[in-house]
Amino acid sequence: MKAKVLLSLILLCGGLAAPSARAEDAAPAAPATPPACELPSYLLTTDSQLHKVADTVKDGKPLEILVIGSRSTTIPSSEDSSYPARMQAILKEKLPPSEPVHVSVEIQSKKTAAEAASTFVKLMEEKRPTLVIWQTGTVDAIRSIDPDEFRGAVTEGVAALQNAGADVVLMNLQYSPRTETMISVPPYLDNMRVVAQEHDIPLFDRFAIMRQWNDQGQFDLFSPSRGPELAKQVHDCLGRALAQFVIDAAHLGPAQQQN
Amino acid sequence: MTIADQVTGSPIAGTANAKSRTAAPAITLPAIGERELRLDLFRGLALWLIFIDHLPPNLLTWFTIRNYGFSDATEIFIFISGYTAAFVYGRAMLESGFVIATARILRRVWQIYVAHVFLFTIFLAEISYVATSFENPLYTEEMGIMDFLKQPDVTIVQALLLRFRPVNMDVLPLYIVLMLALPVILWSMKWKPDVTLGLSVVLYVVTWEFDLYFSAYPNGFWAFNPLAWQLLFVFGAWCALGGARRMSRILASPVTMWISIAYLAAAFYVTLTWYVPQLSHFMPKRIEQWMYPIDKTDLDVLRFTHFLALAALTVRFLPRDWPGLKSPWLRPLILCGQHSLEIFCLGVFLAFAGHFILAEVSGGPAMHALISLSGILIMWAMAWVISWYKRVADKSGSKTKNAVGNADMAGGG
Repeated sequence: MKAKVLLSLILLCGGLAAPSARAEDAAPAAPATPPACELPSYLLTTDSQLHKVADTVKDGKPLEILVIGSRSTTIPSSEDSSYPARMQAILKEKLPPSEPVHVSVEIQSKKTAAEAASTFVKLMEEKRPTLVIWQTGTVDAIRSIDPDEFRGAVTEGVAALQNAGADVVLMNLQYSPRTETMISVPPYLDNMRVVAQEHDIPLFDRFAIMRQWNDQGQFDLFSPSRGPELAKQVHDCLGRALAQFVIDAAHLGPAQQQN
Repeated sequence: MTIADQVTGSPIAGTANAKSRTAAPAITLPAIGERELRLDLFRGLALWLIFIDHLPPNLLTWFTIRNYGFSDATEIFIFISGYTAAFVYGRAMLESGFVIATARILRRVWQIYVAHVFLFTIFLAEISYVATSFENPLYTEEMGIMDFLKQPDVTIVQALLLRFRPVNMDVLPLYIVLMLALPVILWSMKWKPDVTLGLSVVLYVVTWEFDLYFSAYPNGFWAFNPLAWQLLFVFGAWCALGGARRMSRILASPVTMWISIAYLAAAFYVTLTWYVPQLSHFMPKRIEQWMYPIDKTDLDVLRFTHFLALAALTVRFLPRDWPGLKSPWLRPLILCGQHSLEIFCLGVFLAFAGHFILAEVSGGPAMHALISLSGILIMWAMAWVISWYKRVADKSGSKTKNAVGNADMAGGG
């Protein structure tokens, strides 16, 4: 409870502070980003587009988003603060009020990309989402799965999701400085980038984003704290960044919508 | 300080000859009593860069060459290791025969193996500590890496078999395998150097074609595939045993120079697109699809050629008698390069320790820079102490050891 109050206070402060700081910007309608979540724009830029999301929103149909993830998708015992829930809240704020947005989460804990991908056909039949955000790579990195096999599995998974008629966003691993000497992350980041490029789908670079926050001192990701506050704040920022990323990739920004 | 006269002995018949001292700006087999300081310099540099690359990214990381092209310090390191190993043990093979040389190589392999096991012990200590003290709910998933601690019996045996290698501990196993193959490589080089190099290329191509690899524990494969990386090692050995001299014509030609410059510039541009994604608009999709991923495990051709281009320019613009090599400013690098196994292990240990301090004390950029710099200073100090000790020991001990070349000189590690 206390944490929630604190969080809303932070959000409120961010909400108050940011518009005045950006008063000269021409888009006053956009909800403010809390200072802790600030990111250079290139981390949220993608060339690939989300056509189906764009069409759904333009037609005013409900936007159904499915996040397929692993244990780092949620925060133990506070799911409401995890990034999918935060993304849903922000999307509802930013999209037209008439637009229904629903985010569901499918956790595939301790499953490699290949194991997760094998469930996709059935999963898509059940959920029929417009957009799938597939977060993967961590389990493969921990088990040091052959990066070529990993790439093959991600490729297959993406194809299955696309065949089922959904737009796809790939999300890569967390930046985890404590375990940097123990988990070799780069091959998995590289291969996800390759698959995203080959399929012309947006890649949400969670790793680079979290590293940016850590390097700029916005968050201390080395913190050994056992409390959930840090995780909640990071997930809030991730949810915001992800919502912004989806809106940009679907060209749903205030300026773009008018065209 | 007697860096220059640590290597003494007769030149290798047929490979080192007086003509090599002419103006040709290629690496040539050092003549009697002369040490190739450029090798020490660049190996020392590679050791520093590997240390910095093993630390979490910080300001100094931007000075490491992997940010400016495809290849990185590992290539330099393996090439120079091949070069020096062939130089020292090649001489031993000519003077004392195959059996003696093999015995000396195996003794060196044993030293490297022990060093590797020592580093693994330190790693175990670190990971066990983190496993018991770190419970940030943000990273519950990443803590899955600790699962192997549940089966120490299997894990430790696999580590002794070189099949279980934690992150950043891949170079020594690669080096052990390459050194194990060295007797055969040298024996074949003695017979026909060009054929040996050709066989090495064939093995490289076959590795790529049929996807050969060394399996690892619990799954996957070696992060540096020895079957591919042997190409650099054998190429280094080939250069040491006269290949460099024969290539001097090619290396001196302006065509080579411009091709190298153009290639390095293109590689630099490509790496730039990784950091400034806006630039990738100007990258044709076709080229991107053909080029990626640039595979480090199997020593991608792009990486190998990038190293060749770098080496060609270095040899051209940094002559072996460049006076700067004797300057006190480069002395720390050269000293580190001369004791590479010890300094490499120290670097891996310091990277672990640096991580630990960053995690436990503070993670600010100032602390980061301080750790990087003090790490380098410690490496330098250690190299100095080792040199000092060797000098003292050599003076009091018998001088005969010098006559066959010092095994440590072949370093690598």
